[in-house]
Amino acid sequence: MSAHAQPVGTPSAKNRAKDRGFVIGLLLCVGVSILLLGVLLVDIVADGAGNLTWNFITSFSSINADQSGIQAAFWGTIWLMGVCALFIVPVGVATAVYLEEYADETRWYNRFIELNIQNLAAVPSIVYGILGLAFLVRGPLSLGPVILAGGLTLGLLVLPVVIVASREAIRAVPPSIREGSMALGATQWQTIWRQVLPASIPGIATGVILALARAIGETAPLIVIGAATFIAFNPEGLDSAFTAMPIQIFDWITRPSNDVNDYRPLAAAGILLLMIMLLVMNSVAIWLRNRYEQKW
Amino acid sequence: MLAAFISVLTTTLIVISLIEETISFFGEVGIGDYLFGTEWAPLFEPASFGVLPLVLGTLVVSAVAMLVAVPLGLAAAIYLAEYARPAVRKIIKPTLEVLAGVPTIVFGYFALTFFTPEILRAILGSDVAIFNGLSAGIIIGFLIVPTVASISEDSMTAVPQSLREGSFGLGASKLQTTMRVVFPAALSGIVASVVLGFSRAVGETMVVVIAAGLSPQWGVNVLQPMETMTAFIASTAKGDIATGTIAYKTIFAVGTTLFVITLIMNLISIRFVRKYRQVYE
Repeated sequence: MSAHAQPVGTPSAKNRAKDRGFVIGLLLCVGVSILLLGVLLVDIVADGAGNLTWNFITSFSSINADQSGIQAAFWGTIWLMGVCALFIVPVGVATAVYLEEYADETRWYNRFIELNIQNLAAVPSIVYGILGLAFLVRGPLSLGPVILAGGLTLGLLVLPVVIVASREAIRAVPPSIREGSMALGATQWQTIWRQVLPASIPGIATGVILALARAIGETAPLIVIGAATFIAFNPEGLDSAFTAMPIQIFDWITRPSNDVNDYRPLAAAGILLLMIMLLVMNSVAIWLRNRYEQKW
Repeated sequence: MLAAFISVLTTTLIVISLIEETISFFGEVGIGDYLFGTEWAPLFEPASFGVLPLVLGTLVVSAVAMLVAVPLGLAAAIYLAEYARPAVRKIIKPTLEVLAGVPTIVFGYFALTFFTPEILRAILGSDVAIFNGLSAGIIIGFLIVPTVASISEDSMTAVPQSLREGSFGLGASKLQTTMRVVFPAALSGIVASVVLGFSRAVGETMVVVIAAGLSPQWGVNVLQPMETMTAFIASTAKGDIATGTIAYKTIFAVGTTLFVITLIMNLISIRFVRKYRQVYE
């Protein structure tokens, strides 16, 4: 924390009044943001809590709102997260190791990779959907709108998150550890594999969980690659058609409701379930970070 | 280390996938008609492919978002960097970050089912359409507050303490120091955060698909439905259209337009971030 120097002289009364007004203005602005978050959470709980029943979790989607549930979408999301994790862990960590331990920063191609990763992190998620549609679902790989295509699309989307977190974790391992290992005759690869990586696992794991927490709520790319909205079976493998929780929620929000079938409360219940999963993931990430944070 | 090149490969694939179909799109539609046309009706007969209403819709919604995000985000950044006690900071910072962690579809639901009917209509009356650009814009503004706040705060924290002490030593008040010394010194980071926030607003999809409606508007009436580039892509792709049709190609043409706009903004933002890092680190 840097900024706690205080004025030395005694500012005039007018300036002090202005100062106080300014702080109050700042607090109001912060308050408005937090208030909106609070209202949003209360609104979701008020709309959805009544519908978040065991029946809702264990039923498939149905035209009849009161029999409809989220089971297929729930398992679709679990499968997607599995594929996504299997993709981002090796690729993300390998990229981070390369950039931190091997890459020579003065080379133009290494700087280009860095710039590229920074830019990828800010590409709109829907553009990843277009990539998935053109290369994975149709085009060269022609997988169709299946679990594998969805998981890989989400994986590419959150890869920068994992890379950045893993790099920070690797950078936090002090050079003395590496030097000690090398001095004992270990090769660079042995040093990385047996010293640096084990020491940075908590940081990497935190990054992976946060990346998955981002992926789990992504809707737009899945819409673009053509995830189905009405599916009454759980995924059975990588080549299985699927729906996912955000897709199901989107479908419920946009489906015309009438007096007999009101789908909005289902959407709210789905959102509530999604938010609970997010809360759990973020709590685990925070716990990991605090539990294993090493002071060298 | 092949893995590092996956990121480069991703970018390459994005560019290739966009360009290939975009070129074939322009084989059927004139570039001039696309870039300067003011009527967007690609799926009707007779079709017309003027992208300007989508670009305008995107810019209007994003501008509304920035009107919310810039003051709120900068206020949060100034408060956290210059005023908050560490204990207060420890609570407020993560709370604001929750805003960034909530899936955007949730914000879309909130905009459509609560913000438009309960807040906007209560204030502005029933002239407000159920689907409108204002509600989507305001809600997007809130969800990019953390983006603006966190980068701006970083850059203000990076301003050396000696500058503040010098200012205080000359008899300046805290407000004068913050606004006339720290703020200008951190300006490049602040600009970066705003540009990046704008880029996020332009690329945001779910809130506009759900809450802004899907009627392209060649105008700036934010109380009426508007369609953005992202909303068009999502709503068109949802219909599972056949490869090779003109509808399929329009997704890529609009995607390219979106990608180019956000790419330029991201590169500008990255450049500004580098600038403040170089000066003080």
